[in-house]
Amino acid sequence: MARPVIEGIAAPDKPGFEAGEENLDADAAGHDDGGEARPVGSMLRLTVATFFENKLAIAGLVIFVLLVLFSFVGPHLYVTNQVTVNPANSNYGPSSAHLLGTDGEGFDVLGRLMVAGQSSIEIGLAAGLCAAIFGTIYGAVSAVAGGVVDAVMMRLVDALYSLPTLFLLILLSAIFSPNLPLMIAVLGFISWLGPARLVRGEALSLRTREYVQAVKVAGGSQRRIVLRHIVPNAIGTIVVNTSFLIADAILALAALSYLGLGLPNTTPTWGGMLSNGTTVIFDGYWWQLYPAGIAIVLTVVAFNFIGDALRDSLDVRLQRR
Amino acid sequence: MIGYLIRRFGQSVIVLLIVTVFMFVLFHMLPGNPARAELGVRAQPAAVAAFDRLNGFDKPIWYQFWVYIDKLAHGNLGFSYIQNASVAQLFAQRFPKSILLVGLAYALAIIVAIPLGILQAVRRNKIDDYALTGASFVLYSFPTFWLGIILIEIFAISLHWLPPTAPEGTTVGQILSDPKGLVLPVVNLALVSIAAYSRYMRSAMIDSLAQDYIRTARAKGVGRKAILFRHALRNSLIPMATLIGLSVPAVLGGAVITEQVFNYPGVGLLFIQSAGSEDFSVLLGLTLVAAVGVIVGNLIADIGYAVLDPRIRY
Repeated sequence: MARPVIEGIAAPDKPGFEAGEENLDADAAGHDDGGEARPVGSMLRLTVATFFENKLAIAGLVIFVLLVLFSFVGPHLYVTNQVTVNPANSNYGPSSAHLLGTDGEGFDVLGRLMVAGQSSIEIGLAAGLCAAIFGTIYGAVSAVAGGVVDAVMMRLVDALYSLPTLFLLILLSAIFSPNLPLMIAVLGFISWLGPARLVRGEALSLRTREYVQAVKVAGGSQRRIVLRHIVPNAIGTIVVNTSFLIADAILALAALSYLGLGLPNTTPTWGGMLSNGTTVIFDGYWWQLYPAGIAIVLTVVAFNFIGDALRDSLDVRLQRR
Repeated sequence: MIGYLIRRFGQSVIVLLIVTVFMFVLFHMLPGNPARAELGVRAQPAAVAAFDRLNGFDKPIWYQFWVYIDKLAHGNLGFSYIQNASVAQLFAQRFPKSILLVGLAYALAIIVAIPLGILQAVRRNKIDDYALTGASFVLYSFPTFWLGIILIEIFAISLHWLPPTAPEGTTVGQILSDPKGLVLPVVNLALVSIAAYSRYMRSAMIDSLAQDYIRTARAKGVGRKAILFRHALRNSLIPMATLIGLSVPAVLGGAVITEQVFNYPGVGLLFIQSAGSEDFSVLLGLTLVAAVGVIVGNLIADIGYAVLDPRIRY
């Protein structure tokens, strides 16, 4: 996990700059012509169109769809027993009976890869989405509330940001015993800070726009401003960020599994398979190591591609006007 | 400038204070209570009461927090009952070794990534740029520990060039006496940073090359090399300085994994072992120290940015 946090790269905290300001300038140029809340539909359609012109985006999407099919449809086509341990069957190399061999407990590796894919993808998506939703609301509320509330909420984010992700992750998983919902919560908890900062940055500029002011004057509630005006207008930034969050969550889950703080073996994950595989490298059981690792790298690459391409396509959309 | 420095420093102090509150709250959220966590679940009530009295856990919470802050101010990070040593002692023993690993990896990453980024910017959208971009994308998506395992498989198991584990030793001197063992851990930790830094260097360089002053320099007849290194590179290094300061948390996290993979006897390994034995005072103490490292890194990044870029005035 020697990955500099992507939000940090996208919007370094230069002195005197709010996170996400570069985006804001571009966005301001895009929205000012109307001065009106842009219908989300047309914006979305244009974004989707430019997204599909991007080869990298298509590559990412295709990889992801294939992985989902592999994990969720695959087990119906390639039926294996992933429930009972069978020591007599352990550590066989690839053969026609077991296309990718078996692991130390006698499970078919290819079949296990599919089942593990389900939980890995689900956990990654759930953690990324939770973080994005919570971070978005937190950031928007902080910006709309302003003043002391904003200052306190943001200092809290600063403080949490200064705890290195992996340290916090290890600490939290050592305190809370690992199970599926808690794992999602912990992974989500370490990654909502980025979207919170980004959305606050966007919201700070959006809340001064005429249409938000108009809602205020007309007596619209804070909640309406956040949910109907700020969140839909910041959705581009949020989607891009979420894609990176999912990639990070999948990697973080793998790292935790390797450190022995992941989910128990009854819930197979790619990270768990990969870390089991690392214990047998001196035996040369490559099939227990490489397939799971490749699956993780493919998923993470796919989400990074999608995120990158989305960011580009949003830029393109803005440049076109 | 001085005013900015003071304000920025004050901000760091506030953030640090919030972090200590957070650590304090976490310590009190531990399963059971500190006494049970330290003495075990089967401890007698009398022993628990004695432990609470000894450590001041029977006092009001605000008083405990004050004592905690007071201890921290005196360099007391807590006491590990499992290792029977103070956290500061354990930390001091391992810190120089981790600094060695992290420092070397940082140096290697910067030395490799900056020329790579320049190359990609100059050869933009050519075949080698695409190849390097693809490589850094894949590298960036690698689980750090798997990268380490692959390095071990290739260079230790197949080729027998380098030892698969880090040098063991209690001092930096002992570790340096076996430099071969240091190679794989340092390379492992540097590789993922190289992927990120070179991407960033590439875009910073492309940005610089598109500036008006580059066109001016070209127009007045400055040579190609001089434009690249004197005009573009120097300006591209400013955002790099910021990025390097901001990447401290990621590198520290990477160091934890790397130390585990190669069994390198640094702070990260201590942290993981403490997580395994549920030694919470060590975990919390080390997390706090890591947070200080990150806060200092951010401070240096911000100040460095202000000092390096003469266009910025506060």
